[in-house]
Amino acid sequence: MMMDYWQRVYRRSRRQYQRLSWRTLHLDPWLLLALLTIVAGGLIVLYSAGGESTYLVEAQALRFAAALLIMLLIAQFSPRTMQRFAWFFYVVVTLMLVAVDVIGTHAMGAQRWLTIPGVIRFQPSELMKLAMPMTIAAYLSRRVLPPGWLDLLVCLLLMGIPVGLIANQPDLGTSMLVTASAVFVILLAGLSWRFIAVCVGLGVAAMPLLWFNMHQYQRQRVLTFLNPESDPLGTGWNIIQSKTAIGSGGIHGKGWMQGTQSQLEFLPERHTDFIVAVLAEEFGLIGMAVLMSCYLLLIWRGLYMASQAHDTFGRLLGGSLVLTFFVYVFVNVGMVSGVLPVVGVPLPLISYGGTASVTLMAGFGMLMAVFTHHKTTPR
Amino acid sequence: MRPRRATLKDSEQQARIFRHRSIVAAFFVLIMFSGLIGRMVWLQVVQHDIFITRSDKNRMRVEPLPPNRGLILDRNHEVLAENRPTYNLTLVREQAGDVGQTIARLINILDLPEDQHDVLTQRSRERLRSYEPALLLSDLNEDQIARVAVNRYRLPGVEVEAQLIRYYPDGEWMSHVLGYVGRISQDDQQRIDTSNYAGTHFIGKTGIERFYEDELHGQAGVRRIETNARGRALREISRTPPQPGKNLTLTLDSKLQKLGHELLKGKRGAIVAIEPDTGAILAMVSEPGFDNNKFVTGIDTKSYAALRDDIDMPLFNRASRGAYPPASTVKPYMASAGLEYGLVQPSDSVYDPGYYQLPNDSRRYRNWLRWGHGRVDMKRAITVSNDTYFFSLAHRMGIDRLSEFMHKYGFGEDHSLDVWGAGSGLMPSRDWKRGRYNQAWYPGETLSVGIGQGYWLATPLQMATAVAVLANDGRWVRPHLAMQVGDQQIEPPFENTPDNVELDNPRWWDLIHQAMENVMVGGEGSGRASGRNLQYRMAGKSGTAQVFTLGQKEKYNAAELEERLHDHALFTAYGPVDDPKIALAVIIENGGGGSKVAAPIAREMLDAWILPGLKSSEEAQRHARQNESAAQQIVTGD
Repeated sequence: MMMDYWQRVYRRSRRQYQRLSWRTLHLDPWLLLALLTIVAGGLIVLYSAGGESTYLVEAQALRFAAALLIMLLIAQFSPRTMQRFAWFFYVVVTLMLVAVDVIGTHAMGAQRWLTIPGVIRFQPSELMKLAMPMTIAAYLSRRVLPPGWLDLLVCLLLMGIPVGLIANQPDLGTSMLVTASAVFVILLAGLSWRFIAVCVGLGVAAMPLLWFNMHQYQRQRVLTFLNPESDPLGTGWNIIQSKTAIGSGGIHGKGWMQGTQSQLEFLPERHTDFIVAVLAEEFGLIGMAVLMSCYLLLIWRGLYMASQAHDTFGRLLGGSLVLTFFVYVFVNVGMVSGVLPVVGVPLPLISYGGTASVTLMAGFGMLMAVFTHHKTTPR
Repeated sequence: MRPRRATLKDSEQQARIFRHRSIVAAFFVLIMFSGLIGRMVWLQVVQHDIFITRSDKNRMRVEPLPPNRGLILDRNHEVLAENRPTYNLTLVREQAGDVGQTIARLINILDLPEDQHDVLTQRSRERLRSYEPALLLSDLNEDQIARVAVNRYRLPGVEVEAQLIRYYPDGEWMSHVLGYVGRISQDDQQRIDTSNYAGTHFIGKTGIERFYEDELHGQAGVRRIETNARGRALREISRTPPQPGKNLTLTLDSKLQKLGHELLKGKRGAIVAIEPDTGAILAMVSEPGFDNNKFVTGIDTKSYAALRDDIDMPLFNRASRGAYPPASTVKPYMASAGLEYGLVQPSDSVYDPGYYQLPNDSRRYRNWLRWGHGRVDMKRAITVSNDTYFFSLAHRMGIDRLSEFMHKYGFGEDHSLDVWGAGSGLMPSRDWKRGRYNQAWYPGETLSVGIGQGYWLATPLQMATAVAVLANDGRWVRPHLAMQVGDQQIEPPFENTPDNVELDNPRWWDLIHQAMENVMVGGEGSGRASGRNLQYRMAGKSGTAQVFTLGQKEKYNAAELEERLHDHALFTAYGPVDDPKIALAVIIENGGGGSKVAAPIAREMLDAWILPGLKSSEEAQRHARQNESAAQQIVTGD
């Protein structure tokens, strides 16, 4: 009897303790560990890539600290709230994109920024990376799955408007990621394989159409990708130099801060989009394998968490966010190593840069929310 | 409520679909990441060698290290050409920050005129790359260097840079023989190994600087440096030091050279002095000269035009390139030819009525003394420089034999070893005239050539060489300027030395020596005025060349040109006769009579070279005599 009592007390306190630590915080320790490992490693690479500048590292660390807070904050919202909020969010962000088109700020040949003078300057397209999967997931979760023709049509419409606006800025990278996030929701919702095959076929057939609708600089990027040696000092320079950096790193790498390609400034954009080349040059194949393993574990854990969500919205949203994260990694590493054309996609959690890391961490916050909330929220 | 119910109803199935799809996705991610890793293996393992080479090529740059140019010294190791450090002021825009302000401060510090601001600003922009130093001011003086040094902290990016520049301390009177270096031109590129000259700015253009360019220049070194993508040098990886150029010791005696310069001052002329035994050129003076230092850094067009168009032709090296009629200085050689060909015996004489007539020709070829020298034998003909005797001899010799024999003395050819651009003069012959004018040779022309006029032209260097050969009793040594290149002695015998001039009877040489000595000391000697109080045995031969080449137009020109119609004064000499130490040729353009104008100069040159040695040897002899007598005293004392 006494034993039973004490066991009960013990079990309850243990549960209580668990509740106090992770569940009440709505965090997943494994995902957090993977995130922090990659971010920490990224800061080490950034220190070298930025020419031993502590300024860059400090700014990046502060940004991630803030992003972690945002993640923590977002993780507190229940998926139900998010689902209700999705439509409103979608409409607001779409209006912002329209505003960007009208009154946005130009930079580097594109109109991507929305500036509220003296307060903030940001890219609404970044927010769409969250709004899009939320909205599609919110819509589909209310429908009978797998989605039918009508559902698909609605989704296509929901997707088409913002993607068109973003592509018009022009921002190929982001519009592609936004499209991917929507497509992943649909795929995860159980779209029939036959249909997927047909769509892929149509997509390939539509390639020439895409070509004629591209901007000159985008075409140039594709051409350069196909044959970087054609313009070794112009647009081909980036790819040649990044391949040289990666290749010269070898298996063991040249050592931290010893990469000649990056330290001697041959490598362009070395602390932003091309930072993975710095890592590959200085830490070699081993470093790359470690990095890719971390990403793989992160994605796998994310997929597991999504699948543990208690409702369809959470599953679809979480799964889409994780797979979009994968697209980030794949496109970035692919373009830097010369297997994909150069599109402006940063290496997530590592590249130095503004809004992208914040939206990414916010996405992970949502993932943690869908994973943790079902256990505590009474139905 | 319907959708919700549907969700509830199908939630288990939907979760199953999702799990299924996420497993597919997990595999997909794995495969795609494996693809990326495969790509990394391809780049980092399979193609590693290619990329490591490419990255090394990226970062490494090979930079040439120019060698220091060898010095040029005279025979007493006095420096004739050296490398002077000059100090230039450079500005690196990248470090300067506000370039305009820095230049304003610089102008203030150096007290430069205000209008220099634009000039300096312009110069600061000359370099495309902002980290490369742009040359603002060159050749700073010590005061300026000090001022910049004191104010360095106020002049970011401003540096004083040292650069070695060729400097000729004795520019004015060494310029022709030394030549000069100048910036490498397109033409120069053709004759050099460009890789060896990659870091060199200057190259020998004329004279010794040109002839011994390879030796003086040395071997360029190389350093490999690491650069960044913008080409800025970051550190040195390896270095092969340059091998500096060899020092060049010349046979010239700068004191004798300077004396020659002073003796010719204000005149147009040349002196070449040779040591007969070795062929060493002791002095090679051409006046007027020019300052060859001006050519080193690049002379401005106006100054160059002034030098080039000067009627006195200061840029022209008269000593090695000037072609003059050798005139009567050739009479001793003619005499030797007559003896060798058996046309005359030493005692044979000719009656000189004041002129010579060819058989069946009424034209009179006049002796310089209108009333004639009466009966003259060979010795007297040389001593008084009788023309009639040599007209007669030349006529009997004929142009073919004359030309052939004079070639043996080096006329018509350049036999110098290392005198850059030496002329070969002109030794006329029947073939030459046919080739040149397509005309037959006239007997009268032989007479002119017989006394060193007509078509015959020789450089002062050739005349000095010929008299040196004569002083050597016909033994040839090629005249040369270099005594020592690095560690290597330049000594006879040299390759391609012409055959010695052989006479059947070696005593004939003595006859000619005596005749030439008589020129200086004989009662009738043409150079006797310069032969007074000789402390050694000097031999000489005067010459007076008529200036026959004058364009029609020049006749109408001012009185100055009148002077240019005067005869050229020539004198060849050597001494001491029993052991010749020096042989020389002097020419003074439009100087008048050789015996009057050129002979005193020859005497002074010989005195300057021979007397110091004579004195010391006399002292040595006196010493020896004293010691001998002292020893004898000791002996007798015993």
